Amino acid sequence: MRVKPVQIRTPLGDEVLALKAGDHVELSGIVYTARDEAHLRMQEEGIPFDPKGAVIYHCGPVVLDKKIIAAGPTTSARLNELAGFLLERGIRAFIGKGGMGVTVRKQLAGKGVYFAFTGGCAALASSHMELKGVKFEDLGMAEAVWVIELDRLPLVVGIDAHGNDIFDTARNHARASFREFAGRIPGGSS
Amino acid sequence: MKRPAQDPLLSALTDATFQAYRKAVTHLPPDVLRVIRKAAAAETSPVARGEFEHILKNIELAEMHGIPMCQDTGVPVIYLTLPPDVPLTQDLYDAVEGGVRRATKEVPLRPNVVDPLTRHNTGDNTSVGMPAIHVKPGERFTVTVLPKGAGAENCSRISMLLPSQVYGIEGFVVETMLYAEGRPCPPVFLGVGIGGTFDSAAALAKEALLLPVDSMTGFEQQICDSVNRLGIGPMGLGGDFTALAVKVKAAGCHTASLPVAVNVQCWANRHATAEVKR
Repeated sequence: MRVKPVQIRTPLGDEVLALKAGDHVELSGIVYTARDEAHLRMQEEGIPFDPKGAVIYHCGPVVLDKKIIAAGPTTSARLNELAGFLLERGIRAFIGKGGMGVTVRKQLAGKGVYFAFTGGCAALASSHMELKGVKFEDLGMAEAVWVIELDRLPLVVGIDAHGNDIFDTARNHARASFREFAGRIPGGSS
Repeated sequence: MKRPAQDPLLSALTDATFQAYRKAVTHLPPDVLRVIRKAAAAETSPVARGEFEHILKNIELAEMHGIPMCQDTGVPVIYLTLPPDVPLTQDLYDAVEGGVRRATKEVPLRPNVVDPLTRHNTGDNTSVGMPAIHVKPGERFTVTVLPKGAGAENCSRISMLLPSQVYGIEGFVVETMLYAEGRPCPPVFLGVGIGGTFDSAAALAKEALLLPVDSMTGFEQQICDSVNRLGIGPMGLGGDFTALAVKVKAAGCHTASLPVAVNVQCWANRHATAEVKR
């Protein structure tokens, strides 16, 4: 049986500390997209919105006529080195795919969470979105910071504020399974 | 000299390319859908079941609204079959390019094609050698579009195994997914090219993705089961299904060689074929 998803709304506060890796949540309220270029700009020039309790979505959407057409997540690990300053300024959560590094897991401890949204599900994402504005528009469609209002976007907690990381659990399982597999075949691993 | 747009056959090829492209990015082939639905029903991890629900809902929404199922609409990989009475000319390549440009504007597709060194985006998904066009003789005049996204393509690998390492083929495929983890948006389809030469093994691996994925040989099933024992699961979140199918295409090779290529494809195993109307 599927447990009912937890409803949460931005700006986020200490309620995120109660979330556990593997929990399903539905997120509503304003989020901000940001990829590599926007992170670099925010690091140099400052964050163009109130970071307190804010959520950043790792995404480069397709936008047409002021509407979000397709907005699936991009690979979060590219932004591993650029997460720390955002959390220090009050950002409470990231949304993306594939998880983030061990440094970010430590930076999230006691502060915030990493949400996973299903990779490739660009049409599903846009059906839960309304475009509210844009910052850094000169960076181009994929790299600009789009201000998006979410209506119950279905997410899963990938990394919680207590050091639990379901990507890491799956990774460790895969490594153990491969060691066992390599031990069975003649000559071992290729 | 005839201009491509004025020859009815060439404009039909442009149109068929456009139609196949639009269909490929908005609708999954029936065999691909069947395999995803079957895995969704069999998955036991609650988190992974949630991911499958999202994938199926996303496929439905993309079909319903005619919008791309993923914002990475890929780079154009094209397979043409030419009947005996259609000569292979540069005009055919130009006509296919025209279809790619039109699809980029009208579907719309994300412009993904850049110069490999300057990284300058051409804006229309065409460039030198892009679309990648593969031509084969056939009975009917058809164009198949396989839009290839970068997330999965970047996890693909090739190895020149030793002829004595036939047993190592399975290990190489499994290791490819061990390294890939959640990056290629699993559950994946794995095209495996075995034999041929360094370059043709990779081409076979990509062509294997076009084979029907709802049946596997014993060898393919064995590799698929080993990949799934990794437990990487949908999006790397853990689960029973890391791979949905493994498909193998083989060719003869040098007695001293054993090329093996793995082309990784995300759950959105997009491809569509259109007949060129004559």
